[in-house]
Amino acid sequence: MIRVQAEAFDVGAEIAAFTRGTGRVGAVATFTGLVRDYLGDRPEGAPPVRAMTLEHYPGMTERQLERIEAEARSRWDLADVLVIHRVGRMEPGEPIVLVCTASAHRAAALDSCAFLIDWLKTQAPFWKREETPDGDRWVEARASDDDAAKRWNQCS
Amino acid sequence: MKVLYFAWVRDFVGTGQETVEPPAEVATVGDLMGWLAQRSPGHARAFADPAVVRCAVDQDFAGAEAPIAGVSEVAFFPPVTGG
Repeated sequence: MIRVQAEAFDVGAEIAAFTRGTGRVGAVATFTGLVRDYLGDRPEGAPPVRAMTLEHYPGMTERQLERIEAEARSRWDLADVLVIHRVGRMEPGEPIVLVCTASAHRAAALDSCAFLIDWLKTQAPFWKREETPDGDRWVEARASDDDAAKRWNQCS
Repeated sequence: MKVLYFAWVRDFVGTGQETVEPPAEVATVGDLMGWLAQRSPGHARAFADPAVVRCAVDQDFAGAEAPIAGVSEVAFFPPVTGG
């Protein structure tokens, strides 16, 4: 299931609801992404990020996330998938993204969870804008994210 | 044809959406970027370096060589930074 929402979400409650067992599921893997107060290691004296605004492309975002979920389900035998991604303004420490995968065994759950977040970072149309005391700035894409996605041999 | 702009591309262009009717010789996404760049100084800044601008045609990622004949929605934006 894919959810794109402006509202904050409770990571613990979401994982608890996702984990509620069917008996067939032996493994649940989760990834939670949080808003940081600086991209990378904050140099001495550099201003912290006060907040971040997530912009997206309504329609294409959901479409891409559904594709990513379908791709994960085609590669691994998954009992369930949940991706929640927030949009709008949020402050450091708040959850921005949650990926949960459920499978019979741990390897499929762990690998598909890593795949989903790696793919999401390069294939879903979201853009981060940081607010700092020195003004706002758009966050630049990182080559390391492209490298992380490439290890899954993405073909799109 | 509807054209959408996101993130700093929108900031430069000055609007998030506009409707345009490019002439027939504007056949690809790359052609469209060159044609849009002539619409205003803001458009020119947004497309000053076409290599850093990403595109979606009818909500699918598309390269500069993608044809635009018959499409209804084209979007331009920076490389994505979600997650």
